[in-house]
Amino acid sequence: MTVGLWQRFTMIFKAKASRTLDRVENPGETLDYSYQRQLEMLQKTKRGLADVVTAKKRLQHQTQGLEQSVVKLDGQARQALSAGRDDLARTALERKVLVQEQLQGLDQQIAGLEDQQRQMVAQQQELSQKVEAFRTQKEVIKAQYSAAEAQVRIGEAATGIGEQMADTGLAIQRAKDKTEQMQARASAIDELTTSGALEDFTSDQTQLDRELGAIASKSQVDKELEQMKAELGPGDAKKELSQ
Amino acid sequence: MIVRVMGEGQFEIDDEVAKGLNELDEQAERALQAEDQEQLAELLERMAEAVRTNGARLPDEDLSPSEGIAPPPDLTLEEAKELFEGEGLIPDLPAA
Repeated sequence: MTVGLWQRFTMIFKAKASRTLDRVENPGETLDYSYQRQLEMLQKTKRGLADVVTAKKRLQHQTQGLEQSVVKLDGQARQALSAGRDDLARTALERKVLVQEQLQGLDQQIAGLEDQQRQMVAQQQELSQKVEAFRTQKEVIKAQYSAAEAQVRIGEAATGIGEQMADTGLAIQRAKDKTEQMQARASAIDELTTSGALEDFTSDQTQLDRELGAIASKSQVDKELEQMKAELGPGDAKKELSQ
Repeated sequence: MIVRVMGEGQFEIDDEVAKGLNELDEQAERALQAEDQEQLAELLERMAEAVRTNGARLPDEDLSPSEGIAPPPDLTLEEAKELFEGEGLIPDLPAA
């Protein structure tokens, strides 16, 4: 029979947990210190999550910008089409498709971050409860340590709290690591969208804008010309007739 | 017996459940050796689930030591290696 993973884990874990309290001179101090560390790390995790939320909000803001350019490009395509410029309409629609693809990718990333964020919030609440439970336990243990006659009974409880401490410690450590990974991921997406291809699609429309602008001003000129002709036209016509 | 699922808490389970866990445990060990992340994750989750559904949850304030300690069900292969090769995963208690 092979030694299972769980069994090995138990051995390593117990060795670690019992080492923690065995070697210290003042268990009370150690427990207080350990509690402080747990609180600090929990705070760090919470701050990390707040950063992730901020990054996510920035991404959402960028999404809005992209949505606006989809609307704009659509309008430009129609504008170009009504001016008989199919080529420009095509360019606008091609850009629109690209922006929509980017938008889709961004939406997925945001949804992924949101999902992880929800998990982390739930996990942090559990951890807070654990840390709070640890606070209560350590006070019990400290009280027992100070009562000399309880020294014999303390052994088992000390093992128990050592176990609890290592469990909470590991859980907090992992939560912190996960939050850091999320932060890294969020800022990577952030960087990609602020410096990468996305920005180009939305801002590099000068050619399209210029051409459409030219069409618009040309049609404006044409229209005014027509108006003027209409105003002056009858006079001219009369002149011609009378001659 | 009392077992702890890391990150979740302690549960009291009976021997029959414990026996079933041993079998899964050996499979989990093999998955770890084979570096099969998917299989490992599935087995760890099945073990944790067996404890959750068949065991009675002990309050967090309970200070009884556990006989068996299950790694967190979402333990990654990387973490498992760190744990078993370097004993590095469980943080040391800082000396006060």
